[in-house]
Amino acid sequence: MNIHEYQAKEILSSYGIPIPRGRVALTSDQVERAAKMMGGRCVVKAQIYAGGRGKAGGVRLIHHPEEAQEYAKELFGRTLVTNQTGPEGLKVRRILVEEAVEIAREFYLSITLDRKTSRYVVIASAEGGIDIEEVANRSPDKILTLTIDPFTGLRPYQARKISLALGLSGTICEDCVELILNLYSACQEKDCSLIEINPLVVTKAGWLMAMDAKITFDDNAVYRHREYPDMVDYSQLDPLEINAAKYDLAYIKLSGTIGCLVNGAGLAMATLDVLNECGGEPANFLDVGGGATREKVAEAFRIILQDCDVKGIFVNIFGGIMRCDVIAQGIIEAAGAVGCTLPIVVRMDGSHVEEGKKLLLESGLNVQIGRTLGDGAAKIVQMLSQGVQGHVDTCQ
Amino acid sequence: MSILVNKESRVVVQGITGRSGLFHSKQCREYGTSIVAGVTPGKGGIHIEGIPVFNTVAEAIKYTEANVSMIFVPPPGAADAILESIDAGLDLAICITEGIPIRDMVPVKAVLKGSKTRLIGPNCPGIITPGECKVGIMPGHIHKPGKIGVVSRSGTLTYEAVKQLTDAGLGQSTCVGIGGDPIIGMNFIDVLTLFNQDPDTEAVFMIGEIGGGAEEAAAEWIRGHMTKPVAAFIAGVTAPPGRRMGHAGAIITGGKGKAEDKIRILQECGVVVATSPTRMGEAMLEARKLAEKVATKASVKPTAKRNKKTT
Repeated sequence: MNIHEYQAKEILSSYGIPIPRGRVALTSDQVERAAKMMGGRCVVKAQIYAGGRGKAGGVRLIHHPEEAQEYAKELFGRTLVTNQTGPEGLKVRRILVEEAVEIAREFYLSITLDRKTSRYVVIASAEGGIDIEEVANRSPDKILTLTIDPFTGLRPYQARKISLALGLSGTICEDCVELILNLYSACQEKDCSLIEINPLVVTKAGWLMAMDAKITFDDNAVYRHREYPDMVDYSQLDPLEINAAKYDLAYIKLSGTIGCLVNGAGLAMATLDVLNECGGEPANFLDVGGGATREKVAEAFRIILQDCDVKGIFVNIFGGIMRCDVIAQGIIEAAGAVGCTLPIVVRMDGSHVEEGKKLLLESGLNVQIGRTLGDGAAKIVQMLSQGVQGHVDTCQ
Repeated sequence: MSILVNKESRVVVQGITGRSGLFHSKQCREYGTSIVAGVTPGKGGIHIEGIPVFNTVAEAIKYTEANVSMIFVPPPGAADAILESIDAGLDLAICITEGIPIRDMVPVKAVLKGSKTRLIGPNCPGIITPGECKVGIMPGHIHKPGKIGVVSRSGTLTYEAVKQLTDAGLGQSTCVGIGGDPIIGMNFIDVLTLFNQDPDTEAVFMIGEIGGGAEEAAAEWIRGHMTKPVAAFIAGVTAPPGRRMGHAGAIITGGKGKAEDKIRILQECGVVVATSPTRMGEAMLEARKLAEKVATKASVKPTAKRNKKTT
């Protein structure tokens, strides 16, 4: 689960990590007022669930409140495409206005899980800023990593090693030790899978400050933090994806025309691979979970049909233990409810397969049965290329 | 003719009184698995479906000599359940539970390292030695006893692979779903090592996915150690580039984890990679044929030619 920069900074601040003075704004008037409060000179930052905003024109140093308002007008509602958003980009709905800080030095600092060691690691570099990934590629020796033992936790001497390696000395070095230890506490207590400060700066006045921050919470741990669901900015998520998440379905909209309903993420990816291979274009990735139920399949079907780009549907359920006749009923109900006459190909494996197939074929839906994964994919692509059409009541 | 579980395995189910715990315990028992005990704290002393329930794993072992645990405990208590099975000294714990927080699994993984217990999962379909023992949620009927070892990060995609193997006449020695979480117990290399040592496994099929570096590491290990033919499939060649936050992931993996990279490295290491998920069975057949060719070439016996013909 992702949150915005300003929310991440609030968390850092609550752990004693210094952040610039700032205000979140939802309108350009609010941006202007916030800019006035900062004394005119300020930084205006688009808030989206991705990094790379600076290079995409989502961050600007401003000198007058009017300039801030004008820039905000241009920014609100604009879709920012950065190297982290994917090609569809993300819409700007919130803007952070911050005091402009004179920067002397920039560092990179983060804590995340290292899958290789199954432990959290601190990653730091004296060459922080927007080109950190390039630094990592070009000169990996400039990236420091420190593996944290889960039983001792991060120790002050380790944090000191990092601070010294960043080239800090004296009191500011000890400030940085405290900051790194606090960052680790935040990471643990807030169940973060990523907590990142880039850049961490030394200001010209000689203070450490987190100029930008990113936090990703571990989805599996959201249940033990009651405040997290309220922190989600739904404008940053696809409405169909939000709906799917309510029913515990993993849905990602894609640009094609073949709706896909599959159980299990690996099989769902493999299904997209086969459709592409056959010359078809998937409209979505949808995983109903390893053990799909009738309700979940019906809900998944409704979500797929809300996407009016969908011209045909491929259902690939390899359940084994679940009953295919029950799954078939789910499909028939959901398709019937919206008057769906789109071509559908169903490939099912599990118990009661024959009963399930019979139900589908007698349902009056425009349905064909795929014997295998390959056969099913070929059939739906063929039906669409032969111009088999249909409609859904909810799409005009 | 198997690894990890066989007909001697005695299984205790942690979380047996839950809905899916009970359902799958019954399914496993029907397949022929010896489900000897269940554990649900606070419910010790009762019997459920004829299976005695205990408060702790240690108690269950004491009375039933269980040596394998299958865990269905919900996420808030799942890490604790794994730790309990390690503490009780079980040989093998198989955790089916999906959704365990990372912070809970980091110390579990550290404890595992110094113990005799092997962990499969979490978030996995389990293990099956066809015809002998099923400890997990996979459909038993698609499997067939045989000589192919299967190891997979995926759930239902494994079923697809197994079905294709069975349809191609290739039975399985043991199928292991290692799970898809960032932190898991046994990894590809651990399972490949066991298959390499198992006299009754002749070849291995491996199923990977995009993300992480586990497949790359396994490929390097195969090049250096594996004496048996390996075929593989990597899902996600056409997966869209996901949204991401921050740089740490990219820094730590060096931008690795793409399907093309995994496929290339596997091929460089001598693994036959199925180009399509519809050709997983074929890829396994091809890998075995290739290995036979190499074997016949290496052999100078005049009978080699005849052998080749009969295959």
